[in-house]
Amino acid sequence: MSQATTHAANSPHLEPGEGEAGTVRAHHDHHELGFLRKWIFSVDHKVIGMQFLFSGLVFLALGGLMAMAIRYQLAWPWRPMPGLAWMFPATGGAISPEFYTMLFTMHGTIMIFFVMIPLLTGAFGNFLIPLMIGAPDMAFPKLNMFGYWAMVPAFFFILLGFFVEGGHAAGGWTSYPPLSTIESAAPGSLTGQTCWLLGLTWVGVSSMMGAVNYVTTIVKMRAPGLTMMRLPLTIWGLLITSLLQLFALPVLTAAGILQLLDRTLNTGFFTPTNLQVNNITPDSFLYGADAVGAAAGGQPLLWQHLFWFYSHPAVYILVLPAMGFTSDILAVHARKPIFGYKPMVYSMSAIAGLGFIVWGHHMFTSGMNPALGMTFMVSTVMIALPSAIKVFNWLGTLWGGRIHLRTPMLFACAFVSMFIIGGLSGIWMAATPVDIYIHDTYIVVAHFHYVVFAGSLFAIFAAAYHWFPKMFGRVMNETVGKVHFVGSFIFTNMTFYMMHQVGVAGLMRRTADPYAYDVYQHLQPINEFITISAFCMFAWQIFFVVNFFHSMFWGKRVGRNPWNAASLEWDAPSPPGHGNFDRQLEVYRGAYEFSSPDVAEDFIPQTRKL
Amino acid sequence: MNISSAALPAHDPAVDAPKPHHAIYDYDSGPPVNRGKFAIWLFLATEVMFFTGLIGTYIVLRMGAATWPDPADRLAVDITALNTFFLIVSSATMVKAVERAMLGDNPGLIKWLALTVLIGATFVGIQAYEYAVLIKDGNLPDVDIFWSTFYAMTGFHGIHVAVGVIWNLCILIAAIFRKIPQEKYMKVELAGLYWHFVDLVWVLLFTIVYLM
Amino acid sequence: MRYFFTLMLLLVPILGVWTFVEADRWQLWFPQNVSSFGGEIDGLFNLILYMVGFTFIVTELALAWFVFKFSANRPGKAVFTHGSHKLEMIWTAIPAVALLFIAFSQMETWAKVKFESNFPKGGKYTKERPIAELWASQFDWRVCYPGDDGAIGTADDLERSYEFVVPVNTDIVFHLRSRDVIHSFFVPEFRLKQDALPGHTIPVWFRAEKEGIYDLVCAELCGWGHYKMSGRMTVVSQAEFDKRMADIKAEWFSNGKEQGQ
Repeated sequence: MSQATTHAANSPHLEPGEGEAGTVRAHHDHHELGFLRKWIFSVDHKVIGMQFLFSGLVFLALGGLMAMAIRYQLAWPWRPMPGLAWMFPATGGAISPEFYTMLFTMHGTIMIFFVMIPLLTGAFGNFLIPLMIGAPDMAFPKLNMFGYWAMVPAFFFILLGFFVEGGHAAGGWTSYPPLSTIESAAPGSLTGQTCWLLGLTWVGVSSMMGAVNYVTTIVKMRAPGLTMMRLPLTIWGLLITSLLQLFALPVLTAAGILQLLDRTLNTGFFTPTNLQVNNITPDSFLYGADAVGAAAGGQPLLWQHLFWFYSHPAVYILVLPAMGFTSDILAVHARKPIFGYKPMVYSMSAIAGLGFIVWGHHMFTSGMNPALGMTFMVSTVMIALPSAIKVFNWLGTLWGGRIHLRTPMLFACAFVSMFIIGGLSGIWMAATPVDIYIHDTYIVVAHFHYVVFAGSLFAIFAAAYHWFPKMFGRVMNETVGKVHFVGSFIFTNMTFYMMHQVGVAGLMRRTADPYAYDVYQHLQPINEFITISAFCMFAWQIFFVVNFFHSMFWGKRVGRNPWNAASLEWDAPSPPGHGNFDRQLEVYRGAYEFSSPDVAEDFIPQTRKL
Repeated sequence: MNISSAALPAHDPAVDAPKPHHAIYDYDSGPPVNRGKFAIWLFLATEVMFFTGLIGTYIVLRMGAATWPDPADRLAVDITALNTFFLIVSSATMVKAVERAMLGDNPGLIKWLALTVLIGATFVGIQAYEYAVLIKDGNLPDVDIFWSTFYAMTGFHGIHVAVGVIWNLCILIAAIFRKIPQEKYMKVELAGLYWHFVDLVWVLLFTIVYLM
Repeated sequence: MRYFFTLMLLLVPILGVWTFVEADRWQLWFPQNVSSFGGEIDGLFNLILYMVGFTFIVTELALAWFVFKFSANRPGKAVFTHGSHKLEMIWTAIPAVALLFIAFSQMETWAKVKFESNFPKGGKYTKERPIAELWASQFDWRVCYPGDDGAIGTADDLERSYEFVVPVNTDIVFHLRSRDVIHSFFVPEFRLKQDALPGHTIPVWFRAEKEGIYDLVCAELCGWGHYKMSGRMTVVSQAEFDKRMADIKAEWFSNGKEQGQ
């Protein structure tokens, strides 16, 4: 570890009311910190970012393994998985239907709430925000620490669920009641669902603490001269994401707690009257008596409204920071100012604003009033517009550039390429009559994996390669990085592209054995192809893992600004020490002054006075 | 020079090594609002959305129900009206407490804050009593959707009041043992903002759950 | 290397379009359509397919071309520009118009399929007098025909599990209900999907134009047995339908079900 981090990770002791304009406070904290204070109970935003990064990567591996098991079952239903007989002694290694429902439920939950959100906002948000705005740390470093520590009970509950009776939650990551609230409806609704709800509530607490901190930091702690319209687009993406979290997440928290009450105190928020679960007696089959024993009179659709009121903005939470990373990386490696900076900012804001009025498009076939469906269609179709503007501006940024095809740039270009696919296929889902047919089919699966996996995760890879030198003072191996990119790009497309056609053929998601239906039997070979591609794609990530950890310790040393980038984080030492910067910053321009004819070099740092 | 050369700049210890004895630069940008106050407003925005979710649930369920009992038949409206009055009074005492804190008048702060804590605790106590009577009569949350929503709405608000009382109590203890100097008045003001928010939500909840 | 990476980016639109062109031949396309509105839905799908397909090809080709052209090792700096107001206007206005066109082109079909005001009127089956109630429960489908009096919920109702028999070329309205959790009625050949919501009775209409036996699929996760919650949608001629109803009735009452029970 370099000299700089040896005295990192100490509190700048910011308290409300302190730190008024332009004050410079010398710090006297040169004493060594113990391991616990430095790495576990750290209040340094860089260390907290690392904590989010590593726990996110661990959960990424877990969620990825689950995806592999799902794909195995879809290609070869009920066939024992080689070498896994010890895990499932009852079936000799084969996946049971109960286990399959649990698998895709937890795959979705873990990937969204324990991988993408923590990686995008927790890891990169934490690491980059103070550095990119020229601040010594977050506005509330202790709150930041609690933000990570609130994830610990979340980890505990979400892992505990795997070991309780009946297994983990199995009502889908959307947890639609009554399936998720009535204990007799599914094995996972015994105790697993309670663990799921508690886990998510803690994720919500963590995100809320983070979001308050991020917004306050970005608004209140920018370096002198760094106006809002000079901020890098990464910061804009994270700011808008945080605002989305602030306004959307509490609604999910409220809904989650109500579902928890339905499960524990037998309240009836989502339980309609006359339910009869697992009590089949043919004579009383129709118009049977209330057999659930909870207060009834609730509405299952209400959960869907509350859930999607958060979870639709959540998909923008999953992609807006990724859009920010991509914008920054494209500009730096194409040596060009971002094309249309203001339209980029406005379109991100428009996505966030419209994001609050499109949730109903998840519910076109749910029994919601169809007139409402029509209005949601219009708003949903229009949200494609800001995304289109962003794509055109990225293309404009590349045009006329001097492109360096380094690994981060390749991943950023792949993000644009695959975000186009994911964005365009969304229009089918928005169109109500088409959605009658394709709702809950594999087109939807293809669509959101193109946005969140091929899009956001590729942007996370791009960001990891791009900001790795700032994190560790070393650069990741370029050749291995390119190998990682080529395989990931090819296998990702092989995995997800054909899901579109499978979806058009009508194949539904969440089905353990689609071939039980005649209409789907001919889809087995293509599912086998998808599965093998997915296995290759998963295995290929070994290049990233090895490169990441090897380069952390033995990578090539680089200086403060290895990419000749213009934004503020490259002014700090690599890796930055306690307090981040070792000189007084003054900002004179935006973050994208590349190839200006005014200077000999092809970039002007934000801090250089001309 | 060939600018598009892909070679990375080499590591140069003279430039790249961190400078020793650097200082922490802490700037303040943006609107002239204290950071803590800014963050509290953001937090209150999340609270507004939280209660929007709860109240929205209540409205949807009530509108969708075939019949809805008259709250006056089931709830002790008069006692709760008195309780509502207490909570509104406690907002006024909180205003006085913040005013004293701004002036650096520590004894005044202690007096008004203690009053606020007392009234807040009374509110929680009366609500707990109300719950106890209801539960004794068998009106549990699993009886019907009226009681489900009633306990959820008032319960979450009650928890918020309790948190507010504890927060104010902490400040009160600090004021008694350490004094809160004039320049730290923000500590009191932040708690005050939260307290007013909790009061405001109650007025809304009382209206829709008890009166309508 | 730039040739190689360009080729990779280029493969996306080339293979992407190719798979869509070939999909039909590989049976990776719509199953046959037998409902009266299914053709419209397929048409609207294709309308969007052509519009987004065009955008897909143009943007992906532009991306590959820019990456190829501007990654060449050449002297001088990049073009120094911060954007173009005119271009922004163009690429805001054109997609906006195209997207609004898509939205408005969808409305008629949507209203036709789902608006209760547009349900078949005057025919044999209406919203008030449905052909049957279709009950979903974990993990089977049950049909409740009204019997001779034409009203559901009376003593002469006929219950039948698994198979839903309807006459061809007739406007069918049925009531979809769920006994426990949320299920979804989906017949791929009808292009029709509707969730069954516990506590609600949802009227659904369709008109099948070809006799045959079709899979009735549950399309909403309903528990561990979701994958096996299959049913059968049997479309027969009117004469055959009458005969089937008589059979069902005979079977139902011979199984110890007395009228008036």
